[in-house]
Amino acid sequence: MSTRVYIPCDSSALSVGADSVARAIEDAGLSRGLELTLVRNGSRGLFWLEPLVEVETPRGRIAYGPISADEVDSLFGSNFLNGGKHPKLLGDIEELPWLKQQKRLLFARCGVIDPLSIEDYRCHDGLKGLQRALEIGPKAIVEEVIGSGLRGRGGAGFPTGIKWRTVAGVQADQKYIVCNADEGDSGTFADRMLMEGDPFSLIEGMAIAALATGATKGFVYIRSEYPHAFRTFKAAIGKARMAGLLGPSMLGQGPAFDIEARLGAGAYICGEETSLLDSLEGKRGQVRAKPPLPAISGLFGKPTVINNVLSFGSTPWILTHGAKAYADYGMGRSRGTQPFQLAGNIEHGGLVELAMGITIRRLIEQFGGGTKSGRPLRAVQVGGPLGAYFPGHLLDTPLDYEAMLAAGGMLGHGGLVVFDDMVDLSRQARFAFEFCAKESCGKCTPCRIGSTRGAETVDKIIAGQDRDKNIALVRDLCEVLTDGSLCALGGLTPLPVLSALNHFSEDFAPPPVRQAAE
Amino acid sequence: MTGRAPWSAVEASRIIEEHRALDGATLPILHALQEHFGYVDSAAIGLVAEALNLSRAEIHGAVTFYHDFHGAPIDGAVLKLCRAEACQSMGCEDLVAHLADAHGIVPDVTKSGVGLHVRTVYCLGNCALSPSALLDDTPVGRLDRSRLDAIVRDSVRPQ
Repeated sequence: MSTRVYIPCDSSALSVGADSVARAIEDAGLSRGLELTLVRNGSRGLFWLEPLVEVETPRGRIAYGPISADEVDSLFGSNFLNGGKHPKLLGDIEELPWLKQQKRLLFARCGVIDPLSIEDYRCHDGLKGLQRALEIGPKAIVEEVIGSGLRGRGGAGFPTGIKWRTVAGVQADQKYIVCNADEGDSGTFADRMLMEGDPFSLIEGMAIAALATGATKGFVYIRSEYPHAFRTFKAAIGKARMAGLLGPSMLGQGPAFDIEARLGAGAYICGEETSLLDSLEGKRGQVRAKPPLPAISGLFGKPTVINNVLSFGSTPWILTHGAKAYADYGMGRSRGTQPFQLAGNIEHGGLVELAMGITIRRLIEQFGGGTKSGRPLRAVQVGGPLGAYFPGHLLDTPLDYEAMLAAGGMLGHGGLVVFDDMVDLSRQARFAFEFCAKESCGKCTPCRIGSTRGAETVDKIIAGQDRDKNIALVRDLCEVLTDGSLCALGGLTPLPVLSALNHFSEDFAPPPVRQAAE
Repeated sequence: MTGRAPWSAVEASRIIEEHRALDGATLPILHALQEHFGYVDSAAIGLVAEALNLSRAEIHGAVTFYHDFHGAPIDGAVLKLCRAEACQSMGCEDLVAHLADAHGIVPDVTKSGVGLHVRTVYCLGNCALSPSALLDDTPVGRLDRSRLDAIVRDSVRPQ
């Protein structure tokens, strides 16, 4: 029998040479006359171990990593096809504490299956959620999603089921399901991993939403910075059509539903839902005033469910296992699991799916393993470029929607970017304004003009010019941005700026007066 | 990633025709044009506007709004260098300084000459292996000076 060898085709794995490892293993297998089947899986999310090579053995999937192409010969020399000893041997992948301590519901299949094999997907509980959805009907689907407590994983945290109920309750000749896959926040990569590693779960989730609301057409808007995710997802749509999951009748039992993948064009603002809708319509991606809500008047003026990749991706599990099983995870009003993403200056970066409510500190200490540089940790930015910088004494804040808000931050899309003590928070505050200025859609004045004035004013502070006066000015400007912006870009840019000012004021001190050299 | 076909209105019209039936066809058409010709020629704006029954201003507005579309062919390879927070935490700005010092390349400013066009992007979704870049369509993780030097070297075309 042919031995199955897994090498990820996830973008992160590719970025450190997974393709050349795959080629080397294939060539070495051929030249040695060994029978092996190469599977290009998604990533398990242990990125410091990529390229991670797994071999299927009677003792489980034995992992080796990180492997470079020139180590492949020594792998064969160590009889790795039977799980032999090697300096890079990690053992049974499922037994690694980093993975074992997680609660992988949404990411259960990612890195395990062949992303483009619908048979593999079915063998790992795929399509069970949709099957049950077809049995219980639209009303009960919405009840399940509401009961699960699932909230929008894109960052806004709006209850997903309530959104679906609104769309279901509107009469219209056409409704749409739109997936926001414009994952632009620095420090986040969960959407990309899911689209590259388990794309059918997103398709299934969107099909469930379509069933619940009566929509017949779906769009997935993927950012152009993700060319691999776009290609994989497009291929998955083709496979789903062939398998009858998409098309004139879902699985031959339900109504018609089809999905189109669309490519963004390099605009961060298109991650804002109304900009995304305008972009899909072929316009400049500018923010719309709300109301009307997209649920009432969304894409092309029709009722539209617009959710993040992770929100849709969570619903097959919820439908399969029931609302209560999902709601049993989490704390307070944040139910279920969140795929957290450990990023930046961190030793063990990657994807950690856990029940909501773990503290920042535990996540970084238990999973992250300290900074990559080995220097002391100084700040953690949670929730992307619009999230707050947390200092050491606030690291015990639980990662849940309300607790993060109370601490002056936001959970956002669940990304954590770690900085060591080389970071200068006045520079980070300036960057927050600069980023807002570059990516502003220009529709509202506070965001368009305020961001530029903000960057200029922080420059003056850094130069030691009228420090106190200019800090007061920045605070005032932040108030205008918070209260007067049309969307979260202008509205939340003050979070990184103010958290930097409040928690790291020493970085905004006037530079020490230089002594004359002579 | 980008095509090299010389501009042809006939060919452009064929590409537009291929996509015009899509809902909200503007972006798919612009992407297809750029993929074929390597850029969006200003002459294409009128053709797209006419095919979609939109004004030239609307199409021009879309082309100029999005960072991805460019109005002239790009000479050589494109390196999209991430300069967002996760990559900042791992020293991407040092790499930017190195590009300028060692190779005279300033992202988004230096147009060509070395056969490598370096563009700033914010996040490539490879934030656990920062600093990160995308060389045409190939992701590059844990980018460092020597790798960057090699990329610049490899992109210099023989005279």
